Amino acid sequence: MNAGVILRAVNVEKRYGGTHALKGVDFEVAEGKVTALFGENGAGKSTLMKILSGIEAPTSGHLELRGKPVRFANTVEARDQGISIIHQELSLCPNLSVRDNIYMGREITGPAGGVDYAAERKNVQELMARLEEPIDPDTLVADLRLGQQQIVEIARALSVNARILIMDEPTSALSASEVEVLFKVMRDLTATGVSIVYISHHLEEAIEISDFATVLRDGTIVAHEETHNVDLDWIVGNMVGRNFDLGQPPASIAFSDVALEINEIQVADPSNPGRLSVDGVSLTVHSGEIVCIYGLMGAGRTEMLEAAAGRVPLLRGQVKVQGKDLNGLSIAERIQQGLSLVPEDRQRDGLVQTMSVGRNLSLASLGSFIKRGLLSGTAEDTLVSQGIRDVRVKTAGPGAAIGSLSGGNQQKVVIAKMLATNPKVILLDEPSRGIDVGAKAEVFGLLSELAEKGLAVLYSTSEVGECLSIAHRVIVMSKGRISAEFDAATTTKEQIMAASGESATASNMNGH
Amino acid sequence: MSSARTLPGARPGWLSGGLDIPRLLLEGRAFIALIVITVIFSLLSPNYLSVNNLLTMSAHVAVFAILAVGMLMVILNGGIDLSVGSTVGLAGVVAGFLMQGVPIPALGVTLYPPVWVAVLVAVGVGAFVGWINGTLVSRFGVAPFVATLGTLYVVRGAALLITGGLTYSNLRGNPELGNTGFDWVGFNRIFGIPTGVLVMVVIALIGSLVLTRTAFGRWLYASGGNERAAELSGIPVKKVKVSIYVISGVCAAIAGVIIASELTSANPTTGNSFELTAIAAVVIGGAALSGGRGNIRGVLLGAFVIGFLSDGLVIIGVSEYWQMVFKGAVIVVAVMLNRLEYRSKKVKEVKTVAAPAPPEKMLQGTPNQPVS
Repeated sequence: MNAGVILRAVNVEKRYGGTHALKGVDFEVAEGKVTALFGENGAGKSTLMKILSGIEAPTSGHLELRGKPVRFANTVEARDQGISIIHQELSLCPNLSVRDNIYMGREITGPAGGVDYAAERKNVQELMARLEEPIDPDTLVADLRLGQQQIVEIARALSVNARILIMDEPTSALSASEVEVLFKVMRDLTATGVSIVYISHHLEEAIEISDFATVLRDGTIVAHEETHNVDLDWIVGNMVGRNFDLGQPPASIAFSDVALEINEIQVADPSNPGRLSVDGVSLTVHSGEIVCIYGLMGAGRTEMLEAAAGRVPLLRGQVKVQGKDLNGLSIAERIQQGLSLVPEDRQRDGLVQTMSVGRNLSLASLGSFIKRGLLSGTAEDTLVSQGIRDVRVKTAGPGAAIGSLSGGNQQKVVIAKMLATNPKVILLDEPSRGIDVGAKAEVFGLLSELAEKGLAVLYSTSEVGECLSIAHRVIVMSKGRISAEFDAATTTKEQIMAASGESATASNMNGH
Repeated sequence: MSSARTLPGARPGWLSGGLDIPRLLLEGRAFIALIVITVIFSLLSPNYLSVNNLLTMSAHVAVFAILAVGMLMVILNGGIDLSVGSTVGLAGVVAGFLMQGVPIPALGVTLYPPVWVAVLVAVGVGAFVGWINGTLVSRFGVAPFVATLGTLYVVRGAALLITGGLTYSNLRGNPELGNTGFDWVGFNRIFGIPTGVLVMVVIALIGSLVLTRTAFGRWLYASGGNERAAELSGIPVKKVKVSIYVISGVCAAIAGVIIASELTSANPTTGNSFELTAIAAVVIGGAALSGGRGNIRGVLLGAFVIGFLSDGLVIIGVSEYWQMVFKGAVIVVAVMLNRLEYRSKKVKEVKTVAAPAPPEKMLQGTPNQPVS
């Protein structure tokens, strides 16, 4: 890239405990252009954006704004320099109105120090008109659809007159027409000299809107190019890496009986009342088989797995383990029937931070070491040390605090916890989320071992590279339904991505 | 104390590492505070350290320690039970009501239930109050603070309604009616130790056994530490929640019966603000109000610190107003030290474990290479 770099990250590194999220990244934001940043989950995109917007400080390296080194202590300092971020996870207060959210922390005040609600309201109305979204400024954010909330988030970033706008997955909850409006606004902005960093899993959408494409993989920039020179294959190839291999599915095993049968299930969408997050999904997994569910954020993977595990109720349909209908059973009873879930967010749903490694590991199988009504310490020690050995957790010992382990080892503890219940079917929701490449390979190697022992393994992922190699079958979900099913041995990454709807939005727009 | 404050299942720090004096002082703070209090007051008053005074003070402590054991269960779950003080009053009044005799106009007789029935009914009433709290919190999702604040008023009102605002005096019973012995707990001593203290010891032992050796105890620590993770591990988090409020109500009722027995009278306003003392004991004992951390040993120490401090202040003749100031200061300092301890523990564990982490075999190749 030649002239016109407004913001530059120079050799930026970031470590979180044992995780090396960014390994010396040089990233450039072109002035008045849209720079798209591509990369799989865990590649470090969000971390890089957090550093650019002052949310996090780099472990080493620095930022240069218009050629001068800068440091941001927090987002306010970054905002004062004209850098604004639209978060992937919404950062709105649902209990406040649209107007209050947009002016949160920088209210327009009158001479007496009171808030000038009329002025705020007028500005918000103008912003909404510009975004072609007729939302009344006094509406509570809690009453808005997810897509509308995203619009509010965008409006807030626009209202500060940012010179550099970072958009992390701004379209994930938007409809096709809302995306078109957003793109129009983005083009208007760049025409007035605003620079935009754009992150999206909808690759073709990002290709359409961006001027430059940068690809991040495992914490390093692997490619940078002007967008008109690149195509989808170039991006996907750089994102997943040509030679990354998670191993082979166990081939020698003849699948025996159907271990898990999911039949036409429907699950309500808690954030959008009246809509379904899972709409009529049916699938089967045999003992010894590894099945991968691929889908974008919001495709309904998590909801489907949580419903199977008994965390959320089914509106319709059945879940059967080895022919036994699980309807109406509690989570504990489902675990007894041999169905275990390793949840997506291990901090929130998988681990008890106040407990040690060993106590976390034994939590789901306390019943197996109760003698005469009391927990047997020796039996527990045996179970815990076996669990630690089996999944190869690297820890100072069973008494170590769970927070002292790296992400990958924490994930292994959660897996070991569920394995200690002797499941027949194990569901894993994004088992590789937030862990590094080495740990990823170990976790998937573990799945392969489990299948060899006759377990039925069903895991979900949003990284297409994790679908092939290890799984026997790939099921693609999109908008709560199964959109395609592939034999992993014969399919390609591009086929899977196409079925997930990753390219669907853009193909509608190819006429532009 | 060291092992009491490390994570469950952890090895005590002084076995593996060097002797870390500031850390030992921090972890043993409640115990140290108790010793300091005892030493200071025995210097100020010659009677303080006598066996008799220690036993009398222990009898005072017993009531709060019993309340605090129940409160600990609730706090371990991340909740709070503000209704225990009122339940103390109600349980005493219910026992007193039964001891006075229950007139049944329809039959023209007055029933005098035996003492054990009166005690059981009083404890049952405590369990019922706890069940209401637990149901409000777990089934209806009312915040524990609000739910138990509500029952605080309702239960106190009920106690006042039963007696009409009066006090049932003379609960000694009548030999002719066969209902004597209600004052047994309050006045009797076994091997020279007040019965109330023995009741406290028994409850503390049971509580300790439940917390450390039963699945229920593990469920409680887990659901207090992370309810979502506990639920997904198959733990019946709602049942746990209801149970702990029932336990807290039962403990409060037992405390109420002990007080009524000691006074041989039942006053509907007994136990006013006891919930705050119980919470203070739990906090001084090192439990976290956010749940998941704390143990019985700490709570007992906390109860003794508060009890020995307030009785000591009374003995050396400090005014009641100053007593309140001292107690309040102790509580605030205790909470500050708790925060310090949790933070230092976090840092220390990360340090010690991160250092000897074994080399990751799988990572020895270049990161982008196939790792299979």
